[in-house]
Amino acid sequence: MTLEAPRAAATQFDTDELVINMGPQHPSTHGVLRVVLKLDGERVVDADCVIGYIHRGIEKLSENRDWTQIILLTDRMDYVAAATNNLGYCQTVEKLMQIEVPRRARYIRTLLAELQRIASHCLWLGTHAMDIGAMTVLLYAFREREFVLDLFEEFCGARLTYNSMRIGGLPLDVPPGWDRKVLSFCDLMETKLSDYETLLTNNRIWLKRTRDVGVISGDEAIGLGLCGPPLRGSGVPRDLRKDEPYAAYDEMEFNVPLGTRGDTYDRYLIRMDEFRESIRIIRQAVEGLPEGPIMGKVPRLIKPPAGETYHAIESPKGELGYFIVSDGKSTNPYRFRVRPPSFCNLQGLKRLVTGHLVADVVALIGTIDIVLGEVDR
Amino acid sequence: MVTAVRNGVPGAVQQVSFWVGDWTIIVAADRLLDVMRFLKDDAAAAFDYCSDVTAADWPPREKRFDVIYCLYSTRLRHRLRVKVRVGEEEPVESVTSLWPAADWLEREVYDQFGIDIVNHPDRRRILMPDQWQGYPQRKDYPLEGPGELLMENPQDWLRVRNIPDEAGAGVDAAAGTDADAEIE
Repeated sequence: MTLEAPRAAATQFDTDELVINMGPQHPSTHGVLRVVLKLDGERVVDADCVIGYIHRGIEKLSENRDWTQIILLTDRMDYVAAATNNLGYCQTVEKLMQIEVPRRARYIRTLLAELQRIASHCLWLGTHAMDIGAMTVLLYAFREREFVLDLFEEFCGARLTYNSMRIGGLPLDVPPGWDRKVLSFCDLMETKLSDYETLLTNNRIWLKRTRDVGVISGDEAIGLGLCGPPLRGSGVPRDLRKDEPYAAYDEMEFNVPLGTRGDTYDRYLIRMDEFRESIRIIRQAVEGLPEGPIMGKVPRLIKPPAGETYHAIESPKGELGYFIVSDGKSTNPYRFRVRPPSFCNLQGLKRLVTGHLVADVVALIGTIDIVLGEVDR
Repeated sequence: MVTAVRNGVPGAVQQVSFWVGDWTIIVAADRLLDVMRFLKDDAAAAFDYCSDVTAADWPPREKRFDVIYCLYSTRLRHRLRVKVRVGEEEPVESVTSLWPAADWLEREVYDQFGIDIVNHPDRRRILMPDQWQGYPQRKDYPLEGPGELLMENPQDWLRVRNIPDEAGAGVDAAAGTDADAEIE
């Protein structure tokens, strides 16, 4: 869709551009995001995102906390994928201190990260479909997400903010019988996935609302710094689990689904495939779970040597990077920086919505899968 | 690759370091754009993806800020960190012309550190409110918030905290002591 709509009646009607606010209380903005839209009729001419409504200064706060205390602050960023945030932070500190994490811990971390990806994608699927008008999917997806939360609850006692990892390993081993529950959840999830796909994949309304909406080419997506499914939807084979393997991903077999057209529908298909790949990884991790300790050799007082590093992992939203500077003297990081995937993906919203209808804005906010807790930190 | 940068843009690279698997180069601030353009276009570097732009504050140092660019190449799959050191009043060229991705990231650097990013298409505050005074990520900025004091009179709060006014009005010593006395 282009902007050159005929303006035959321009002399008779008021055709000024109209500026409207979408949010910060709009239900489709998934939190407190304000999008200032400049409209020409129903068509979006320009958009500007206003963020920062729930800025809590996590970076500043972390620079005044112990290395171990920060783990629970990372929970509060992407609160629908807390375990992935823990993982990224712990690995960055381990990289700084050159700590070897035991193989069993790496396997359980992989398992948790993939369960988390399923939970996060369930939430994305439910809300994205509901924004577009498919109410049923929300209820289904939340039902399955509940099972993942139950598994996490059994593992660490919490359902949302897990604090589930420690620098050098894990605080807890898996409870007895938990692995069987994870496997039966995988079987259940597989059947439910085909349910979702029956509801959406060939649904005509769904196709109309998502096909050719928000098309972006691979080169442009790279330039805009998109990451995760929005980047892979444009056919760029970039998945940090493959490119820069961490945890136990180098021992897992999985594919990286890629899109061809780079539209909203492709990004939907990719995430549906990622569900399946996650299930595949979980099965491998459970079946191959090695015996051994869950904690590496970590000094009692965590004080990394002076230096800095950037370490990124593939969170459900995209590249989640931590840039941490240690001065080697104090028990807190000198500089703590998070490269939030939602923030960088939200930056591309302006490019995606320009030229589309107001109704498509809702679909496009859904397709980039943002969590405002992470955007604002 | 680092040698390629040294040869491609002579005299710009001041320091090279390799630690825990990361390459970092420190570049002269006035040559930043030349180096970045080279890194993006050169076939052996091909850094087409700007992962992150951030900064760090090292107060006693004269050039107190490090501005750090984390680059990645989606074709060659390697990373490089480029760093420039600047003082409080020194401008840093925006790299948005090379990587549009740097737009919001540079806005955040400006918002949180008050680093003067020049030639940026849309330099506004991003996480903090537009009328906010001070730059939260600086080391001399207090951790605890102003509370109600800010709501009543932001200038007073700045005086109590002895933070220079963003508009450059400065805080004169007499006013500072007055405010301190009031608080006590």
